[in-house]
Amino acid sequence: MPDEPLQQFVGQAVDEGRPVDPGTIEISAVTTGPEVRRLRKKGLGIAGWLSIGWITLVVGLAVLAPVLPLDDPKDVTTAIARRGPFADAGTASGHLLGGDFNGRDMLSRLIWGGRTTLVVATLSVLIGFVLGGLLGLIGGYFRGWVDTVVSLLLDVLLAVPAVILALALVTILRTQPGTTSGGLDPELALILALGVVSIPVLGRITRASTLSWSEREFVTAARAQGAKHRRVIVREVLPNVLPAMYSIALLGIAVAIVAEGTLAILGASVEPDTPTWGNMIAIGRIQLERAPHIVFEPALMIFFTVLALNFLGDAIRALFDVREGAL
Amino acid sequence: MAGTGTAHLRPDGEALLRVEDLVVEFSAEGGKVQAVSGISLDVVAGETLGLVGESGCGKSTTGRAIMQIIKPSSGSVRFEDVELTKLRGSALRRIRPRLQMIFQDPISSLNPRRKVGSIVAEGLDIWGTGDAASRRAKVDEVLEAVGLDPATARDRRPHQFSGGQCQRISIARAVVTEPKVIICDEPVSALDVSVQAQILNLLEDMKARYGLTLVFIAHDLAVVKNVSDRVAVMYLGKLCEIGSPDLLYSQPAHPYTAALLSAIPEPDPERHDDEPSLLTGEIPSNTNPPSGCRFRTRCPRAEALCEVEEPTIRQVEIGQYVACHFPLAPGESLETADVLGEFDLA
Amino acid sequence: MSEHPGIPLLEVTDVATGFETARGLVRSVDGVSFSLERGHTIGIVGESGSGKTVLSRSIMGLLPHKGVVRSGSIRFDGTEIGEASPKEMRKFWGDAMAMVFQDPMTSLNPVMKIGRQITEAIHTHLDVTKQFADELAVSLLESVRVPDPERRMGEYPHQLSGGLRQRICIAIALACGPQLLLADEPTTALDVTVQAQVLDVLAQQQRERFMAVILVTHDLGVVAGRADDVLVMYAGQVVEKAPTATLFRHMKMPYTEALLRSIPKLTEPSHTRLAAIPGRPPDLVSPPPGCRFAPRCPYAQDKCREEMPPLVDGDTPGHQFRCWFPVGSTPVSIGPSTGEIA
Repeated sequence: MPDEPLQQFVGQAVDEGRPVDPGTIEISAVTTGPEVRRLRKKGLGIAGWLSIGWITLVVGLAVLAPVLPLDDPKDVTTAIARRGPFADAGTASGHLLGGDFNGRDMLSRLIWGGRTTLVVATLSVLIGFVLGGLLGLIGGYFRGWVDTVVSLLLDVLLAVPAVILALALVTILRTQPGTTSGGLDPELALILALGVVSIPVLGRITRASTLSWSEREFVTAARAQGAKHRRVIVREVLPNVLPAMYSIALLGIAVAIVAEGTLAILGASVEPDTPTWGNMIAIGRIQLERAPHIVFEPALMIFFTVLALNFLGDAIRALFDVREGAL
Repeated sequence: MAGTGTAHLRPDGEALLRVEDLVVEFSAEGGKVQAVSGISLDVVAGETLGLVGESGCGKSTTGRAIMQIIKPSSGSVRFEDVELTKLRGSALRRIRPRLQMIFQDPISSLNPRRKVGSIVAEGLDIWGTGDAASRRAKVDEVLEAVGLDPATARDRRPHQFSGGQCQRISIARAVVTEPKVIICDEPVSALDVSVQAQILNLLEDMKARYGLTLVFIAHDLAVVKNVSDRVAVMYLGKLCEIGSPDLLYSQPAHPYTAALLSAIPEPDPERHDDEPSLLTGEIPSNTNPPSGCRFRTRCPRAEALCEVEEPTIRQVEIGQYVACHFPLAPGESLETADVLGEFDLA
Repeated sequence: MSEHPGIPLLEVTDVATGFETARGLVRSVDGVSFSLERGHTIGIVGESGSGKTVLSRSIMGLLPHKGVVRSGSIRFDGTEIGEASPKEMRKFWGDAMAMVFQDPMTSLNPVMKIGRQITEAIHTHLDVTKQFADELAVSLLESVRVPDPERRMGEYPHQLSGGLRQRICIAIALACGPQLLLADEPTTALDVTVQAQVLDVLAQQQRERFMAVILVTHDLGVVAGRADDVLVMYAGQVVEKAPTATLFRHMKMPYTEALLRSIPKLTEPSHTRLAAIPGRPPDLVSPPPGCRFAPRCPYAQDKCREEMPPLVDGDTPGHQFRCWFPVGSTPVSIGPSTGEIA
């Protein structure tokens, strides 16, 4: 039945904030209930499962790094310097992926590097998730002047080019390279910097999702039962907004990994002695013609991990979309 | 068309719910829009008041303004002798268990991520009524009352239920706190015809079982007639006519009511004449309503007075009140000769 | 104009449409047959899940490509279109057959002016100048009783009310003079006073253009006044088919009777207990073996639950129904309350 003409179309558009596949409109118009849900293929598919496998592998290795029989990533064994992967046994035995130009074991550096990279990426996105999510929830739920303030904040943060913002923050926050005083540990600075950069992205997604879900009648119904705002936000809105946030967070981790690489090239990542995939590429650039594996190995790690995260992010969104679509 | 007028209200103190001169204004592009422009209603305990009208009439807004979900811009809403418009914060929230609401879209009014048992218990959980065991028992009781098996329903999620069943869950949720009044906002409009009948019967049963008083908002005149003890017809934010259903439907006094009744397609081929519909034009927009009587632009009986002066509501029959300068006499019908031609006016 | 005078414009024979789902094949339409002459209106009545919308989309060829299983024959003016691809159907769409959908808000492009939406439809099938198309569009708007048509041409959908929008959708559908118009719940989303106007416009256009109209709705009232014949669908099947007057006066199918009885009527006093149909429509993946309405039918007997009744002829010509023990045949007492039907 038609509502007040003013809000008709807008309400509908916001309500159906998910992309709509024309093929499925007809089906949803046709039947309601169980049939609709089952029409979409659930499950993750091969790409999804491979992605999960890869992520599990990488995370597993990162977690287990201290207990694995790896060389110290800082140890220099000149014999393997610039030796490519799978070099013949003997001098390079035990160094499956070769050595970097100093002579440090690549395999070990990749695994330890993965650990640091993932920690940085995950924690920074976590900051964005929590702070951005909080801002988005509050702005989207309360609207009015609260939303104006929140949006302004997010817009300002978004307006600054991410790399420059991160670079500036890292530079300000950390101890200067070579010194020991005044500022934070570079890894922490990096996490905070990338965290700040990820706040607006997660904030906007959360806000958009919250705006849409807050319109639903069950939120009104909860208020009509006498629930306080906090209860409504936590029990009614948040559980429905989380899937969108998770999906973007996963993509965000992927972006953070690449961002770390960019910052490494700009000299803003951790000291190259402590490996990250990013700074491995950064220092390996110089030796690109002579020992390309020094750059390509970490680059491939980034590539596969980012790909896997993207697949998973999409898969999660699709999975939760299905359930919403049935409603 | 009246906005002003309280002739139809019953003496003070008799009514459980009493709304006087309710005005709800929104700001929209280009100024203010009044969705509700001075409505007065009352409901006596045990009564079902039907509120009917087409889009833009403000009936849903009225329901929500009574609940204070939308803040009235002015006017009074007295529930159990408490002035709701003056309540704030926790004082307002405390009356909620006694004044509940059922919504139109059965599926959208339930949180898809929560289990049904938890949804229905919400009213009890918020206010900490009783202990966990007694709450659970109460939830089971209302689930059964609405025709669902508590054992299976409690742990499922809304998307596993049909539209009709979801509406039953909504009813259960509304009833669990043992309210005095339930505002039903188009509760059957989104349901299939055969399910509508089930839910309407269920509402009557629940009303009897729990001693409820209902305000039933709908656009379907036949549905409203079936459930109501008293029917109020709204148009463009104003009240046109209010009275007992049998009177209103058999001898409508307001031209709008008459036109509305004649526009309903009856499931009887012999009742269909090939006359053009009695109402022409579109419903005017709320942003710039017609002066005087708001219905005059589409009314076949409109005269000069209607443009100048807004009619006040007055009694035309025992139990029937109308806001019109030239109401229909009992037995008089809206002749097609009165219709001002084929083309739209608005 | 028609190439084959004398044969019905539309012949639907044993059409079935199923959707493949994780649980199995959902038989939304399970063997429907009817024919439609030019200038006639057929009303297809049913509730959600009855298959009426899928049927109309099947006729138009507007179904998704994947996961759909179709069978049966659909002949339009002698040409078989049941198996046609979207590319082949495009020749028919707009030109020979057109459709009006339920929700005028989402049927119109919100960012395109009304005028352009109509002329776009015109240009798709007719090779005409822009000026001609504009003039045709204005006259179309006039014919669907849109006031001030020149002004409307330059407006956007959100500036118009639901009733106006729906009339514009009708105008777009009629732009190229189709012979068949499918209206899928065209007035369900509209106010009742506007509903009457829109249905009047449809009826008028049909008379003037001698079109065939398929009116899909759940509202028996809409069908009562506007259709020549009525097809009642339940769980994917046709359960009763008759000329309108016959259907309402001499219905045979208990479902039709139950449906009519469960609707609140203006003629009944308030607080009349409604004769609600208990239960819900059956699962379309594995429907019960016998009559699909049997679990909810007050007249049901063992035979009904075991054997599917075929569509048989009634007393009057054109009346078919699917029931072993039709209304009035057995003196079995009816469970829920009695009451007059119409």
